[in-house]
Amino acid sequence: MTSRISRKFQALRKEQKKAFIPYIMAGDPDIQRTRELVKILEDCGADIIELGVPFSDPLADGPTIQAAAQRALDNGTTLHTVIELVSSLRDATEIPIILMTYYNPVFRYGDERFVEDALSAGVDGVIIPDLPPDEAEGLMRIARKKPFDTIFLLAPTSTDERIRKVCRASRGFIYYVSITGITGTKLALDPAIGSHISQIRGISDTPIAVGFGIATPEEASMVARYGDGIIVGSAIVKRIHDPEAELRQYLRSLRAGIQ
Amino acid sequence: MPALLELEKAYAASKKDKAFLKELGMLQKTYIGRPTPLYFAERLTAELGGAKIYLKREDLAHTGAHKINNAIGQALLARKMGKKRLIAETGAGQHGVATATGAAHVGLACEIYMGSDDVARQSLNVFRMKLLGATVHEVTIGSKTLKDAINEGLRDWTTNVRTTHYVMGTVFGPHPFPMMVRDFQSVIGREARRQIRDAEGKLPEYLIACVGGGSNAIGLFHAFIDDEVRMVGVEAGGRGIAAGEHAARFAGGSIGVLQGTKSYLLQDDNGNVLGTHSVSAGLDYAAVGPEHAFLRDSGRVQYAYATDEEALAAFEQLSRTEGIIPALESSHALAEAVKLAPKLLKDEIIVVNLSGRGDKDVQHVARIKGIEL
Repeated sequence: MTSRISRKFQALRKEQKKAFIPYIMAGDPDIQRTRELVKILEDCGADIIELGVPFSDPLADGPTIQAAAQRALDNGTTLHTVIELVSSLRDATEIPIILMTYYNPVFRYGDERFVEDALSAGVDGVIIPDLPPDEAEGLMRIARKKPFDTIFLLAPTSTDERIRKVCRASRGFIYYVSITGITGTKLALDPAIGSHISQIRGISDTPIAVGFGIATPEEASMVARYGDGIIVGSAIVKRIHDPEAELRQYLRSLRAGIQ
Repeated sequence: MPALLELEKAYAASKKDKAFLKELGMLQKTYIGRPTPLYFAERLTAELGGAKIYLKREDLAHTGAHKINNAIGQALLARKMGKKRLIAETGAGQHGVATATGAAHVGLACEIYMGSDDVARQSLNVFRMKLLGATVHEVTIGSKTLKDAINEGLRDWTTNVRTTHYVMGTVFGPHPFPMMVRDFQSVIGREARRQIRDAEGKLPEYLIACVGGGSNAIGLFHAFIDDEVRMVGVEAGGRGIAAGEHAARFAGGSIGVLQGTKSYLLQDDNGNVLGTHSVSAGLDYAAVGPEHAFLRDSGRVQYAYATDEEALAAFEQLSRTEGIIPALESSHALAEAVKLAPKLLKDEIIVVNLSGRGDKDVQHVARIKGIEL
């Protein structure tokens, strides 16, 4: 079965457009605000939304998302409440929604129960930065025949062998990390990004979304030359507390930059 | 992942590299001061009135703790891999000092991550690291202790992976760290096994070591795994086994995944890692090395815990009876020996790993006792 994510990329490809994939931390500052933000993101041209699940030890994240996770944890946001949130959003929107979570909350929840509950709530896929495909066989087996995408990460340091492994394991899209580093780091594109992404395209026709460190419309525009989608996280997480008109304007400028 | 695969390959090659092993062996002897003595604690034994207590004197290793065994090994490996910079986490500061020492020895840059709570209680070690030429980064987020120092270290490594080697200080983290750190520490048990045979003509009945991440314990236990020797790992019981009050993962934890390792973990129902407490910074950690989890589940090693109070009492008892001030970490192992020895026969033997010396803890203990220095 094709997921909402794959259908979205197919539709965009036909229109020769690239996906705008904003990330926000669920529960930051509270679940009600996250619900409103999802609507705002969609209004401002998001194609797919990545919802962060707060975790006490977010290893792949910089200070902005760490602080957002702490705010979300402080008000009691859990993997369970995030799944419930998506379920409640599904009355209002069909936009593809991906959870970005660390593995331990999923492990505690149970792989099987997680995929089942997330899928029935209307979640379309999951990104788990601390779970490489080598360790994800259980989760992949459970998700395989369902419209629930397992999305894995590639980095500028990934070798040919890793690229093959991640391409085989990834569904929906492949998450290409633009820099060696953590989220929210200043973007310093690897000079080899173009050839590296071509190398991936030679192995797989799964769409490639690029993220980490993209903060301005100019950066989004530059990176959009390489990827099928652009993921913006920390820079949005920083601005969700701004006045709504400014936030909307910023989101629209990113959307415009990507085209 | 690419960095871990690169490390795994380099480490496997170094294990077969005669020049590497020769240099490591030479440094163990001439730089670290190995073999460290196995000392019969006669007055402590007499005071407890039971089994004979021997101390494996890792406190006499260069820099004052077992941590140097691993740090020198990894520093040599990093130089061989062509890395320019070493980074590490530290709790009590011993691993930070050891890594800074290893970096100075091989001539690499060094940066250490340390939780701000630990910086406060181990200020002497912070200054030592600076003297050794390292930069110390205070980690002010999360629990402000060892766990968050590891998070920051791993974040740095992810960012600077091409030039930097991350010197994991304990038998934790993703493969190959638990195996590699164990191998570098297993010299402790190999020596102790030979030394106790020389001294007593037999193997001991018990081995006791404290367990934070678990590197000194694995280091002592590893050579005895196939022997009929009972082993006890001692965790930090803190103020008692209630959430946030201790670091006894086997007593109060469950299986989880943290920092690239599946092991016992102190966590809540949603998989978030709980805060910990221990009087000793080196044991104040929410997870435990995966090989300890295996040894526990297979029943090969027993795990106990000592509270802050018990460890502090053992700290003073060893100082008074033997003229040896132990690290607060090692004092947890001693506290278990204090409980166990009187129950054993006088011809039975306990070897306690005295993993570090207590100079670094003197100010902290004075503060706890309300004494102004």
